[in-house]
Amino acid sequence: MFENVSPQMLGNIYVGLLGLSILLYAILDGYDLGVGVLIPPRTEAFRDDMIASIGPYWDANETWLVLAVGLLLIAFPEAHSKVLQALYLPATFMLLGLILRGVAFDFRAKVVQVQKRKWDLVFKYGSLLTTLAQGYMLGIYVTGLRTDIWAQAFALLAALGVTAAYAFIGSCWLILKSEGALQEKAYYWAKRGLGILAAGIIAVSIANLTLHTEIRELWLSAPWGIMLFAIPATCFALLALCGVLLKKLPEGNGKGEWLPFFIALLVFLLSFAAFAISYYPFIIPGQMTISDALSDASSLRFLLVGVVIVVPVILAYTLMVYKIFSGKSQKLSYY
Amino acid sequence: MDVFLLSRLQFALNISFHILFPTITMAMGWFLFYFKLRSNTSGHPVWMRMYRFWVRVFALSFALGVVSGVTMSFQFGTNWPGFMEKVGNVAGPLLGYEVLTAFFLEATFLGIMLFGIRRVPNWLHTTSTLIVALGTTTSAFWILALNSWMQTPQGFEVVDGVVYATNWKEIIFNPSFPYRFVHMMLASGLTASFLIAGLSAYRMLKGDDKLAPKLALKTATYTAAVLIPLQIFAGDMHGLNTLEHQPQKVAAMEGLWETTEGAPLLLFAIPDEENKENHFEIPIPYAASLILTHDLKGELKGLNEFEGEHPPVAPVFYGFRVMVGMGMLMLAVSWLGSIYLMRNRAFPLWLKRTFVGMAFSGWVATLAGWYVTEIGRQPYLVSGVLKTADAVTQLPPSNVAMSFTLYAVIYTGLLIAYISTLMLMCRRAVEIEEITTEEREVAKAKIKPNNTNPVAV
Repeated sequence: MFENVSPQMLGNIYVGLLGLSILLYAILDGYDLGVGVLIPPRTEAFRDDMIASIGPYWDANETWLVLAVGLLLIAFPEAHSKVLQALYLPATFMLLGLILRGVAFDFRAKVVQVQKRKWDLVFKYGSLLTTLAQGYMLGIYVTGLRTDIWAQAFALLAALGVTAAYAFIGSCWLILKSEGALQEKAYYWAKRGLGILAAGIIAVSIANLTLHTEIRELWLSAPWGIMLFAIPATCFALLALCGVLLKKLPEGNGKGEWLPFFIALLVFLLSFAAFAISYYPFIIPGQMTISDALSDASSLRFLLVGVVIVVPVILAYTLMVYKIFSGKSQKLSYY
Repeated sequence: MDVFLLSRLQFALNISFHILFPTITMAMGWFLFYFKLRSNTSGHPVWMRMYRFWVRVFALSFALGVVSGVTMSFQFGTNWPGFMEKVGNVAGPLLGYEVLTAFFLEATFLGIMLFGIRRVPNWLHTTSTLIVALGTTTSAFWILALNSWMQTPQGFEVVDGVVYATNWKEIIFNPSFPYRFVHMMLASGLTASFLIAGLSAYRMLKGDDKLAPKLALKTATYTAAVLIPLQIFAGDMHGLNTLEHQPQKVAAMEGLWETTEGAPLLLFAIPDEENKENHFEIPIPYAASLILTHDLKGELKGLNEFEGEHPPVAPVFYGFRVMVGMGMLMLAVSWLGSIYLMRNRAFPLWLKRTFVGMAFSGWVATLAGWYVTEIGRQPYLVSGVLKTADAVTQLPPSNVAMSFTLYAVIYTGLLIAYISTLMLMCRRAVEIEEITTEEREVAKAKIKPNNTNPVAV
């Protein structure tokens, strides 16, 4: 099967799949990491409800990261080893964060009260460590794996930006899934997160334009560039709309509570699209293209059979689970 | 220390920690499916009670398995870039199929299994339990196909130093795969059985006289008693397969230096790699030849025939004895327990304590077995194709030393937390009421109107 798919086409298919996995990961694990980051450190109020809101989902959400790293490994092995060797320490910290938060989620439900508080904090700071590390890695990656002081500064900015983005989508998720006092709190978090996120997007966009001359030329060249600017423009229009909604919705009767999350999702999508357009056809910005890194075509064709059959099924049952657990979250009872 | 040794230590640490949890969940998924089926067919609430206790153990074990597994997919590239460069065209798709056909299935339906019973129809909950069990088994299928291919590779060609797949059927169903898959699934069955039996015995020792732990202990003891002879048989077949394809590994397992006709089976010895001999041997004459060639005078190749191409002897030799010894202990304990059960006699105190002591015996046997097969493959990463030393990274050793230390600290903490949490869950279960009123109602509603038998609680 797929014998007539050219290597170049395969490269595009696999980079598309990689992009889809990363985007879904950022949105899905993004909101549950965000909820983790938002766990109030000094009071126990809200913790159970916040964690209940992500209970049935986080495991599957994290699997998108495994798929993304797996696809990078399988389709672009040279890029995988080059990127992850350059990012060895931050990747290690990210993994430790993921380990700690993942197990804390399960341990907290099974231990005595005093211990539970400790696991809650492990959950919060594990999530924070993960989001900071991911942002830092993203920052270094877009500089083309540079290590100088400017790249470091940019990566730190990206670490904060990614954390803010996750916290924002996490609070939008909570608006959707919670009621009462927690929902009020979630509105407050979302409003604060929105401002930080908007500032972050501007900062990262400007930094991005200064990083690579090709990107500056792409974005500033008329008429393509003008059309490209529709992306950030839409992004900011959406964020402004979200700001208005966050003020109006709490006075409403619960209608449209899904809107902030939907807008956050669109903002993630647009930001991702902007990145993708900027860096295509590079798999490592400025260093290695998709076709440079592509592994053997016949092996990729063999895997493609599975991809074509299985990925739609995965998406279908993922949707099914979101439908089953739709509505306000309920207390987690292992029944 | 150099980066090669550090990377090996780190990978060994990660994979040793990781395998503990899938070994439990692979079989426990099937146990849960069985509990759920019994609950559906009998309507007796005790099965659901058991399901609820063990599904939480499953969830905790699953979470530890997932998070420790994620680190693997990074280390292939970071610490062993040569692996993907040389054999990525074979390893990649197998890993890809594992993620696509197993990981998402397990993780997604686990959500329904754990939290969905009030939200979905009963049949869907039962099906989700089945899907999770199938998912964990599928995952084992793919990863063991890859591991077996690394032991006994076929179905490929090498062009310019890079491996290209030529026949996927041969790659997946390579010579050692069927044996390794069966051996591992049975190992998982035994590990889960002894864990369930051990923790149930622990609950009973703590004064839990409810039906659930008794029934769990019974189910698990019988399962172990049936699986262990099958495992001994499967292990023997696997050994013969290894002799055919990796004779140097068998030579190390037997501690056999010179090629011998009528080789003895060494119950114990201290292999001395420097002088190529053993000290303090306790041999059973001709037994190794008899077991491996089915002939008292059968010839077994010695390590000296594989100069520079055989694995380090001591860990393989000892690992093999630990695994077999643990298997024999499992046989004795599970059959003894079964005798008590068949005679309808309660376990005496010492036997309950023995089961508690054996709760994690599956871990010891599984790790020992994996050390035999993985160290036994050295100095190769992929037999005859890629040496381990040729795949290692150029990272600065200090980075790997740091990550290794962090992993070691965190894994130690997690292992302690895991075991103590399981113990705590058992002690807490002692105080929980046998059957709540609500469960009684649910159970009554399940029983068909024409069924006149009252629920025996």
